[in-house]
Amino acid sequence: MTDRMTISRRRLLGTAGVAVAMSPFSINIARAQEAKIKIGFPVPLTGPYGTEAEDQVRAAQVAIAEFNEAGGLNGRLAELLVRDDKLNPGEAATRAIELIENDKINFMVGSLSAAVQLAVNNVTKQRKVIFNSISQSDTINEVADFSPYTFHEALNPHMTAGAVGRYAFSKFGKKVVFLTADYAYGTEMVTGFREAGKAFNIEVLGDIRHPIGATDFSTLLPRIQAMKPDILCISNFGRDQQIALKQATDFGMKKQMKIIAPILLYTGRLAAGEAAFEGVIGGTSYYWGIENKIASAKAFNDRFRKMFGGKVPSDYGSLAYGGVKTLLMGAKNAGSVDPEKVIPAVEALKYDYYKGPQFYRKCDHQSVQSVFIIESKAAPKDNPADVFNIIATDEPAEANLRSCEALGHKA
Amino acid sequence: MWRAPLQGNSMAGLSLELIGLQLFAGLALGSVYVLLAIGLSLIFGMLTVVNFAHGAFFMLGAYVGLWLLSIGVNFWICLVAVPLIVGGFGLAVERVLIRPLYGRGIDYPLLLTFGLSYIIIELVRIVFGKSGYPVDTPALLQGAVDIGVGYFPLYRLFVMAVTGVILIGLWLFLERTSYGLIIRAGARDPQIVRVLGVNIARVWLMVFGLGCGIAGLGGLLAAPLQGVIPEMGGPILAEAFVVTVVGGMGSLLGAVLAGLLVGVVVSITSLFAPEMAKVAIFALMAVVLLIRPQGFFGRAGLMS
Repeated sequence: MTDRMTISRRRLLGTAGVAVAMSPFSINIARAQEAKIKIGFPVPLTGPYGTEAEDQVRAAQVAIAEFNEAGGLNGRLAELLVRDDKLNPGEAATRAIELIENDKINFMVGSLSAAVQLAVNNVTKQRKVIFNSISQSDTINEVADFSPYTFHEALNPHMTAGAVGRYAFSKFGKKVVFLTADYAYGTEMVTGFREAGKAFNIEVLGDIRHPIGATDFSTLLPRIQAMKPDILCISNFGRDQQIALKQATDFGMKKQMKIIAPILLYTGRLAAGEAAFEGVIGGTSYYWGIENKIASAKAFNDRFRKMFGGKVPSDYGSLAYGGVKTLLMGAKNAGSVDPEKVIPAVEALKYDYYKGPQFYRKCDHQSVQSVFIIESKAAPKDNPADVFNIIATDEPAEANLRSCEALGHKA
Repeated sequence: MWRAPLQGNSMAGLSLELIGLQLFAGLALGSVYVLLAIGLSLIFGMLTVVNFAHGAFFMLGAYVGLWLLSIGVNFWICLVAVPLIVGGFGLAVERVLIRPLYGRGIDYPLLLTFGLSYIIIELVRIVFGKSGYPVDTPALLQGAVDIGVGYFPLYRLFVMAVTGVILIGLWLFLERTSYGLIIRAGARDPQIVRVLGVNIARVWLMVFGLGCGIAGLGGLLAAPLQGVIPEMGGPILAEAFVVTVVGGMGSLLGAVLAGLLVGVVVSITSLFAPEMAKVAIFALMAVVLLIRPQGFFGRAGLMS
């Protein structure tokens, strides 16, 4: 009896021990040692920029795969938590809060809109989570929106429009008409062009704003033709850009003036076809064709091609690669995912991961980088991806950014 | 030639030619609205069905055109084939989905077509993908021609001409054929027409198919102007509804005049305050509704 009792007591104790070991408390301790580094990734998978967003996910996965193959952070691997922000700031903020509070992510990377990135940034900076934004904005650099947890891997409108403006105003003439989508992206780009134009004494003949999501420009184009500018600068995005360029071509405007755009999207060029974009000059943060000159671009493209059936990465896709890669390399260098240790490690990076040398400026965490000036062309039969010529490169220089003081930062 | 004096930057270069060209651009734009609005108006006038899937049929026309062009069918054949295919699909929709809802109140078919538009758009996304495709302007219609006040794209003139042909054809059909007589009688009083021994269900089927076919043709014609994308029917549906409301729900003449008027309003607003162009359409609708709630040529009480 007694023996049996003891046995059963032992059994009981043993079972209890197992039960304790299996309780959520101890699981958390055990997992913490090998838990994955989680990167929240809100992008607009549904909506007008779905094509670009899907490419952002692909490129981010390349960065994750490379980090994990190289052994991660002392064996700790990374994973991407993709969420659909539907191109809506409110939706993005909700997803960001869930990622931080439910999924306990370590870093946030993503967004494809000026307004959405500011909404995400607002969430991350309050909760002291590092966020690397991969879409264009000037505001995110400014002191009111910036925080030590905010990084900006994408170009900003000041850099992009500046580079394109300096190129175009020196070559095609001084009389300029702006045709601009009436929201943050468009107005920031026009400000950038006007700033760059001061040094060339440009004469602005007209500054025409159209509502975002316009499908017809035929009522705006005759007036622009009547103004007889040397340069028509079209600052809009996605489908607006494709339709504006197509219809400007139909109106025969390319014969009368040079058309420039702050950004020529790779995906947009494919969707709109060669005729609409032909001869248009614009800027880009990345075009796969730089691989002939830049070794890191070749390596990135090859890896991307291997993972995704021969596809090449788009401009906005490559930003996602850079945005994820820099944070992971920062964590690796810091030997930790603690934001307070990762921030100085990312600030210290002098990196060349996919487009030549880059670094984050200390005061606003803006990535100082090159801007490529590209011209659209008809793709050769054997390579439908070969749609742009690189005609100039604006080398990385802090002088091309607004000064820290101008942004409100204390130098 | 008289030229307006310069009044600061925004008014620079405002000449009579420009205003003429602007009016013309407005009429050209309006003719696309007309193509969508007459179908809407026809279907509403006859069937009292508010067809929220009309934008989806427009988009479908563009995609059917894209598909036909990609397998080597030429554009001119598409001009006939696309409205037939989309119209045929419209027939099936009326027969299978809408017919069971007759007599159940105006919101039943409204909600059904609203849901149907989402399904059509999603199916197109699954089959053709989310990103858009370019459609080249047919070689014969490329370039701009001098219309007296300035250069205007030949293709847009062609779209105006096609709209004109459709309108004349529709008018002849409704006014000069016995079938048209039945349609007009059916719109006035379906009960009496039925008593007279006419199969009104078949008339409704044909009218729905006809309206959808014209919407499909509109989509095909719009494709070279703006490319194709699954969501392309959304904005134009909103504009076409404004046109039908301004012109009077159910009135064909109203749809035509209101369509052209809306085009001109957009165009002239674009000249003076481009950022207001989109709002101007809805402001026009609000003003018309306040002054004349039934629209230009609408009959009161159709919705009740």
